[in-house]
Amino acid sequence: MDETIFASIEKYIASQVLKQPNRKIARDEALISSGLIDSFSLMDLALFVEDTFGVRIEDTELNAETFDNLAQLVSLIDSRK
Amino acid sequence: MTLVPERLKALHSQSPERVAVYLQFAGRDDVPLTYDQLLCGASSYAHTLAREGIGPGEVVVLILQHGEDLVYSFWGAMLHGAIPSIMPFLTEKLSPERYRADLAALIGVTKPTAIITYPEFEADVRSALKDGDSIRAIILTDQVESQTELDFDSLQGFNRSVEDIVLLQHSSGTTGLQKGVALSHQAVFNQLDAYGSALALNENDVIVSWLPLYHDMGLIAGFLLPILTGIPLVLSSPFDWVRAPYRLMQSVSKYRGTLSWLPNFAYNFCAQKIRDRHIEGVDLSSWRAIINCSEPVRWEAHKAFYDFFQKYGLKWEVLHTSYAMAENVFAVTQSRLGSVPAVVAVDREAFMTERVAKDPFDGRPSMKMMSSGHALENVKLRVLDENGNDVAERVIGEIAIHSHCMLTGYYNRPDVTEKAFRDGWYLTGDYGFLCDGELFVSGRKKDMIIVGGKNVYPQDLETLTYEVPGVHAGRSVAFGMFDESQGTEEVVIIAEVDSDEPQEQQKVADALRAHVTKNSAIALRHVKVVGPKWIVKTSSGKTARSANKEKFLKELAENGES
Repeated sequence: MDETIFASIEKYIASQVLKQPNRKIARDEALISSGLIDSFSLMDLALFVEDTFGVRIEDTELNAETFDNLAQLVSLIDSRK
Repeated sequence: MTLVPERLKALHSQSPERVAVYLQFAGRDDVPLTYDQLLCGASSYAHTLAREGIGPGEVVVLILQHGEDLVYSFWGAMLHGAIPSIMPFLTEKLSPERYRADLAALIGVTKPTAIITYPEFEADVRSALKDGDSIRAIILTDQVESQTELDFDSLQGFNRSVEDIVLLQHSSGTTGLQKGVALSHQAVFNQLDAYGSALALNENDVIVSWLPLYHDMGLIAGFLLPILTGIPLVLSSPFDWVRAPYRLMQSVSKYRGTLSWLPNFAYNFCAQKIRDRHIEGVDLSSWRAIINCSEPVRWEAHKAFYDFFQKYGLKWEVLHTSYAMAENVFAVTQSRLGSVPAVVAVDREAFMTERVAKDPFDGRPSMKMMSSGHALENVKLRVLDENGNDVAERVIGEIAIHSHCMLTGYYNRPDVTEKAFRDGWYLTGDYGFLCDGELFVSGRKKDMIIVGGKNVYPQDLETLTYEVPGVHAGRSVAFGMFDESQGTEEVVIIAEVDSDEPQEQQKVADALRAHVTKNSAIALRHVKVVGPKWIVKTSSGKTARSANKEKFLKELAENGES
């Protein structure tokens, strides 16, 4: 299950945020603190997670403290499913 | 004529308990500040500056986040007669080293004598200082003795003259931070009077803003204008807004907001990212003007915004436009309230090649252009050709302005100030045309990218790319590319490397993205790494950027990439 979530978020970020569809994203690669995902795209990511997995991420949680890589984001989603 | 401290004192004596500003914070209750609290908080800072030996007329840099301390210290500096300048706070995206270098660049030119910041940030600020520089005091927010009784006689800001500089505004990046726009008390009030009359400000107005105070639109329209005219302000921060844009609508509904300013991208951003579930029960019918400003204005952005929010009571005729710049304090033009900004269709080819806005003919491709309105009553506008002669209506030229709210100068930069004017007219560096007395802004002569309302100098970004291993100096270009769906420009960087290997190029692209973002706080949308001899070389940076942009767009179209 995790694998599917991981793959779907990776694909979303690579194609929609970075506009590099073939880009691989490592599970521990910093996303927010590195600037890979800019603040304009954070809400898109939250909406994508909400629409795809039915899991709500609050605006106050859209920061590197709550999640900064795919592993952390996937476990956040898991914990709320 | 009035000084800022005199106006504050008058507002305070009228009604000290009236709320000046409601500060909003994500996840917390709103904090209302009355004029009495505002002035007590500000005078605490004024006395602290005096205690630290900072004199009137000296520049004080504020490195603070959205909140009470930023508000108090800004007005406090003015009550003391000092000149506040707000520097953007370090974000997690920007590398601390670059931030220190930017701060050092600001200090080098502006020569401030004090910096106000948080205790937690003191070490970062100190590490940007050098022996013999202008800084005499670093004032920490916890060292400020709070005043509960107001004593106007002890404040030195009342002894200034109306021609004295009251504040500095900088735009971002190394280049922007070395060019502070200096404004006098007189210029600020002349702008507020002229703009206030264009907007027909009245006692029922409530301004709602999330715009940053280090930018002219946020500082003037979303901070000085309301506070100095007694209009309640509901103020949140851009960092909170970008994560929860629907709070703007909730605030307008809750406080019966009447006026807001937004950069063009924000219309698309709100329409695309807000869901009905975010704003259930919200009523936007109190909004009487939402003013699109600080980026090229697009009719399509207004349409998208209206289509989504009309069911919440938003009216089409409240969607307005303005053309503004820090050098004129703020607004140059404003579309007339009570009507809608004019929209003209122009023949695309004639616009591009002949630089004329012609009516479309023979069914040829056309584009919609939206007016930025009429000149304010105190502003004269001209559109000039390369020789400084006026061009005819509908012919594109450089916009020049003359007003009685112009900048005093770029602070400590007489060289730059002199170049900006010709025969008393300020040359804006923007292209546009006039049609029936309305100004249509069509592009930029100056080589600047505007991303989400933020001005970015491409040369700053290019300099950063040269620091990435594999990229040689002079072999990269940065430019902006308008993205219709986002309603703003996106940054493109093309860098040439010695290798033709796709894998190697991908590695450099990743490194470029990380390095430039970390050092400019600008997210890059397209990073293209190319092999030797791709980049078109010309004698000037400006032409090199447009030639390479053309080549990039052509390849993009041919490959069908997005």
